[in-house]
Amino acid sequence: MKLYEYDAKEIFKRNNIPVPEGSLISNPGDAENLARKLGPVVIKAQVMIGGRGKAGGIAIASNPQEAYQSAKRILGMSIKGLPVNKLLVEEYKKPDKEMYLGITIDRAAKCPLVMVCPEGGIDIEEIAKTSPREIVKMYINPLTGIHDYQARTLANSLNANSLNKNKSLMIADIIKKLYRVFIDYDCTLAEINPLADTQEGIFALDAKMVIDDNALFRQDFREEETGSLEEMAKKNGMSYVGLDGYIGCIVNGAGLAMATLDMIKQYGGEPANFLDLRAGANEEQMKNALRIVSSNKKIKAIIINVFGGLTKCDKVARGIIDVIPEIKAPLVIRLAGTNENEGRVMLEKCRVTMASSSEEAASAVVELGHSDK
Amino acid sequence: MGILINKDTRVLVQGITGHEGSFQAKQMQEFGTNIVAGVTPGRGGSDVYGIPVFDSVSDAVGKTNPDASVIFVPPKFAADAIFEAIDSGIELIVCITEGIPIHDMMRVCSYLESSSSRLIGPNCPGITTPKVSKAGIMPNSIHRPGNIGIVSRSGTLTYEIIDLLSKNGIGQSTSVGIGGDPVSGTSFLDVLELFEHDTMTHAVVLVGEIGGTAEEDSIGFIKQMSKPVIGYIVGISAPPGKTMGHAGAIASAGGGTAREKIAAFEKAGITVAKSPMDIVRQVNNIMR
Repeated sequence: MKLYEYDAKEIFKRNNIPVPEGSLISNPGDAENLARKLGPVVIKAQVMIGGRGKAGGIAIASNPQEAYQSAKRILGMSIKGLPVNKLLVEEYKKPDKEMYLGITIDRAAKCPLVMVCPEGGIDIEEIAKTSPREIVKMYINPLTGIHDYQARTLANSLNANSLNKNKSLMIADIIKKLYRVFIDYDCTLAEINPLADTQEGIFALDAKMVIDDNALFRQDFREEETGSLEEMAKKNGMSYVGLDGYIGCIVNGAGLAMATLDMIKQYGGEPANFLDLRAGANEEQMKNALRIVSSNKKIKAIIINVFGGLTKCDKVARGIIDVIPEIKAPLVIRLAGTNENEGRVMLEKCRVTMASSSEEAASAVVELGHSDK
Repeated sequence: MGILINKDTRVLVQGITGHEGSFQAKQMQEFGTNIVAGVTPGRGGSDVYGIPVFDSVSDAVGKTNPDASVIFVPPKFAADAIFEAIDSGIELIVCITEGIPIHDMMRVCSYLESSSSRLIGPNCPGITTPKVSKAGIMPNSIHRPGNIGIVSRSGTLTYEIIDLLSKNGIGQSTSVGIGGDPVSGTSFLDVLELFEHDTMTHAVVLVGEIGGTAEEDSIGFIKQMSKPVIGYIVGISAPPGKTMGHAGAIASAGGGTAREKIAAFEKAGITVAKSPMDIVRQVNNIMR
């Protein structure tokens, strides 16, 4: 789960990581009032997407009138299809130097990885491409946490040109505090980019936090309701990812689902979604899955590919039969494994195409998807 | 032979009184696994299908001397269950549980390094050696004894592949699911090393997916192996930045895409199959 910048900054503030003073607002008048109180301000669209700066979602205002105008403009915007409903308005801090600080999880090393770079403000992936040598990495033992000397070493590596000793110590302190946040909030990413050196000290001018979905049970975050198909699937214990194509996919198991999508592509079709029914899917889940997938208007054909282990094919078939009257798109079904024969017999009288292997099902659904054009 | 388990392996089931734990314990028994004990805190003294239940792993170890544990404990308590198994000296720990916080798994994996235990998983289907023993949840009916080793990050896709191989007369030495989480105990590389030294295994099928670099990290060893390896990697159609079901199945602009992995395999001269049925064809080519 990604956090909004203002939520992440709120957490930073509580953990004594310096951030500029500011507030979350949703109308231009509030921006004007804040600018009157704070002086020059920066106004930042709060959307869950990268590249908002390039899209015009960030503005600097030197006086209250400018703040009003900019806030009004940004609040009317959509950035990559997402409407801007909230703005973070904060005191403008002029950076003399922009640096990068991020903590992530290194899968191969199986531990937290702290990265710093004297060049900040742009994507770390960009930095990694253009100047990988500038990024200094430190692996942290998760059983001991970050040692002081590690934080000092990282901070000193930023020191090459310009930063004085005092500021270096401040950065080391911020690194330790960010590590604390990373652990306490079950982050998979905690990032300050840019970490700015200003006349008034070191500040986190941006804040990014991603929380491990598996740890939400012990964290105090509420996911925003968006009404998306992803969300509906999640509520029903399934996992859904929307794609650009026209073939709806319902599969049990993430690996088999990815394999099915790949086969559809190999046969020249374009999948409309990824949907993993999860282990032990029953008729209720199948019904929900069919409704979720077919609610996408682009769908021209649907494939159901189930390999029953814990999942029983007769239950899956029962769910399909119940929902068939609601579904307009042609269905291709492949059932294998536990109770496969019972499931097949139940579906015999329905207007569906039965397939005996994943390949056969993928090729059949692609054909149906094309013939419908 | 096969790897990791044999007919003498004494298996403990942690979380045996739960819905899935008890069902799977019975399935394993029917497969022929020697299940010696179960553990559920607070349920010591009872039994599940005749299997004695203990309050703690150390109690179970004292009375029944298991050398492997299969864990069905809910995600909240799963890391604790793994720590308990490590501290009780269990050599082989198979964690089936899906949804364990990644920070818990980092601590577990760090702790494992100073122990003699091996962890398979989490979020995995476990290990099956056909006609011999099963420590996990793969369906009983799909296996056939033979000479192909299977190692995979996936569950149902692995079943599909095993089933296809078996139906086409190709048996398996051992099938190992290492799990779909981003941080886990045993890697492709570890399992490949075991297969390389197993006399029963003549070739290996490696089933990978998007996310991380575990597939690429095994290439150096595959090139040194005396046995052929066939790769199959799914997720070509996965968009970057999206988690495809498994917590670990996420590609990014920084790497981990299926295309990168396939390209790395092909560059190293490793055969890459295009579909489950193509795996059967490739295995037949090699074994002929």
